[in-house]
Amino acid sequence: MSDPVSALNGAAYDGVVRVEELGLRGMITLRGDHASVAVKNAATGVAGVDFPDALACDTVGERGLAWMSPDELLVLVPYAEADRAVAAMQAELAGTHSLVVNVSDARAMFRISGPAAREVLAKLCPVDLSPGAFGPGDFRRTRAAQVPVAFWMQADDAFALICFRSVAGYVFDLLKTAARPGGEIGYFPAGA
Amino acid sequence: MLLLTCPCCGAEADETELQPGGAAHLTRVGPGAPDEAFESYLFHRENPRGVHIERWRHAHGCGKWFHAARCTRTLEVFGTYPAQITAPPQPIRDAIAAKHPGWAWKEGK
Repeated sequence: MSDPVSALNGAAYDGVVRVEELGLRGMITLRGDHASVAVKNAATGVAGVDFPDALACDTVGERGLAWMSPDELLVLVPYAEADRAVAAMQAELAGTHSLVVNVSDARAMFRISGPAAREVLAKLCPVDLSPGAFGPGDFRRTRAAQVPVAFWMQADDAFALICFRSVAGYVFDLLKTAARPGGEIGYFPAGA
Repeated sequence: MLLLTCPCCGAEADETELQPGGAAHLTRVGPGAPDEAFESYLFHRENPRGVHIERWRHAHGCGKWFHAARCTRTLEVFGTYPAQITAPPQPIRDAIAAKHPGWAWKEGK
């Protein structure tokens, strides 16, 4: 049996921020009516966190729920649990109009941490990342340069970012370029 | 730069996150229609330098289609509303009329 490996095998880069690929993470796409009690219970039961508001995400460690669209959620679990979690949700959602798919191996996840994390992402994404507009717990699907990504703020100076596995190398290169020493702008106030 | 607020997810999306879908609320004339109606649909569309009601898709976000009313001369955005609504809602018509006194909503053009 071959061992699963993540897209970049945990590659990391230290520039004005630290950019690291987070290795194998369990990610499950859940599509269904957010107003449905069955969908809510299936998601929160597996993830063990509260149901997120629109454009928000709720994470504790490797577990979490992210609001992807008015009828889509991303369920985050440890990699080894993903298949079991899918089976559990499918059992709970039997008879409810829904879709549950394990997309762990189709995605890559990065962490961007450091006081300049906002600035590094703001160079790549057309999103207002000022401290007043985007804070911990906020989630946003957008693009980074030419590819779709989604990111959320974990703490005051750290973001988690997901992209498709096929473009993980491209996104890592983008983040490295944006984080290269000498490229600091200092637009956002320190510590905010 | 064009910023539209997606009415489905509430995110303020940049033009580069959106996919344009052309004019909204057109009466789409099909193969069974008279030649005059089909000709009018194909060639006699209104295309003013001014107010346009358009379809957009939040392609790099929630993926949903929505409608937007904006002015191509000033780039002012009058508002966005869900794709399921088949004519501009009154608040958007009022916002347009306030800036463009001669403007009136025309069905199907």
